Amino acid sequence: MKNRSLISINDYSKEEYLHILDVAEDFEKNPRQKILENHVVATLFFEPSTRTRLSFESAISQLGGKIIGFTDAASSSTSKGETLMDTIKTVANYSDLIVMRHPLDGSARWASEVSSVPIINAGDGANQHPTQCLLDMYSIRKTQGTLENIHIAFVGDLKYGRTVHSLVIALSQFNATFHLVSPEELKLPSAIKKYIKEAGLKYHQYTEIEEVIDQVDILYMTRIQRERFADPIEYERVKNSYILKDHMLKNTKTNMRVLHPLPRVNEIEEAVDKNPKAYYFQQALNGVYVREAIVATILGLK
Amino acid sequence: MDHNIQKELKVSALENGTVIDHIPSNRLFTAIHILNLDKNDNPVYFGTNMSSKKYGSKGIIKISDRFFDREEINKIALVAPTATLIEIKDYKVVSKYSVETPKEVQSFVKCFNPKCITNHQSVPTKFKVFTDDKGVIKLLCNYCEKTTTQENMRFQ
Repeated sequence: MKNRSLISINDYSKEEYLHILDVAEDFEKNPRQKILENHVVATLFFEPSTRTRLSFESAISQLGGKIIGFTDAASSSTSKGETLMDTIKTVANYSDLIVMRHPLDGSARWASEVSSVPIINAGDGANQHPTQCLLDMYSIRKTQGTLENIHIAFVGDLKYGRTVHSLVIALSQFNATFHLVSPEELKLPSAIKKYIKEAGLKYHQYTEIEEVIDQVDILYMTRIQRERFADPIEYERVKNSYILKDHMLKNTKTNMRVLHPLPRVNEIEEAVDKNPKAYYFQQALNGVYVREAIVATILGLK
Repeated sequence: MDHNIQKELKVSALENGTVIDHIPSNRLFTAIHILNLDKNDNPVYFGTNMSSKKYGSKGIIKISDRFFDREEINKIALVAPTATLIEIKDYKVVSKYSVETPKEVQSFVKCFNPKCITNHQSVPTKFKVFTDDKGVIKLLCNYCEKTTTQENMRFQ
């Protein structure tokens, strides 16, 4: 994986994901290993992000690396009309690795084709966000002890949620059973279901969380955005069906954990936060260890 | 009474050149555009909505003094996978072949995704070509990873 960009979850093999998760486990035990002291990492955020940028910057800082970059396109030469290619070629001269987020789909792949240093995709439009996927896998493995044979329910916007798509693709290599809970308008696209079918695995579709919550190991919640609905009345009708309340966790399996890529709006009631089955803030912390592992692996240090 | 009326419009036989036959009628002009025949100087004849035993209706193009690389002609497989070619030299058929669907296409198809980087910056498009369960040709964008189908294919 040394010097190889991470653009899409399809770029790495199962063995390679597992290697990254093992390295992340090592960083969890000892997060402040100063192995990046002689390295400069660029973080180019062409659109704002809180969690992803800060967790990358925290990961790089904890490893002792230097960070250069910008936090939104307005403070970069993009606002003067510079092309992505020119920005990337220039920054590649100043750094050993580039972490980037960009609003256009496919921007990270293009950057990896013109850059002389590896690129880590921290989100390209609605397309891919592989580091989120790896931290989700890390969280599943950590809470369940394995990634194999998991029963996972995805709840909410399964049509546009890129984290859902990536995680479905990744877990298709680990014999998962998929329980898909969404309103009719926001069902998982057939292009993603294809991965499940090709792996010879099963999926089940539901419209209510209660139909499946007691059977699963992982409940992966997502936000339903109003703007995804053509009909606002339809949004009002379904929005409350996908809110997780504490009492709903009562008969769930003891090993069951609730994951959410965050930010949360109202789809998980705050009362759930105190329930030991709520895992989403720990999940966000895992993001730091996983990003340490990804950076260190690509730079050939682990 | 006027028995001199010609019932058929005869397109002269080619002395040298290429005949592209069995193009779906509704794709004829797209095929002409893909091959840039609207911008070349050779004589070009074309017909469409002609009866075909095999397909019901078809289009045909004849181009004088022009021969194509396989790679160039295979571009039209995306819209006219049934197309066949005949090359003529000195009024004689010298070769016949069918178009083949390329595995990859670059630069001449646009990605249908309005948010794809290729539609915003000068990035040449690149697609993997595949056929779905129903045998329909589709293009997977190398950049945004979205699939462009035949109905929404546009050409640069």
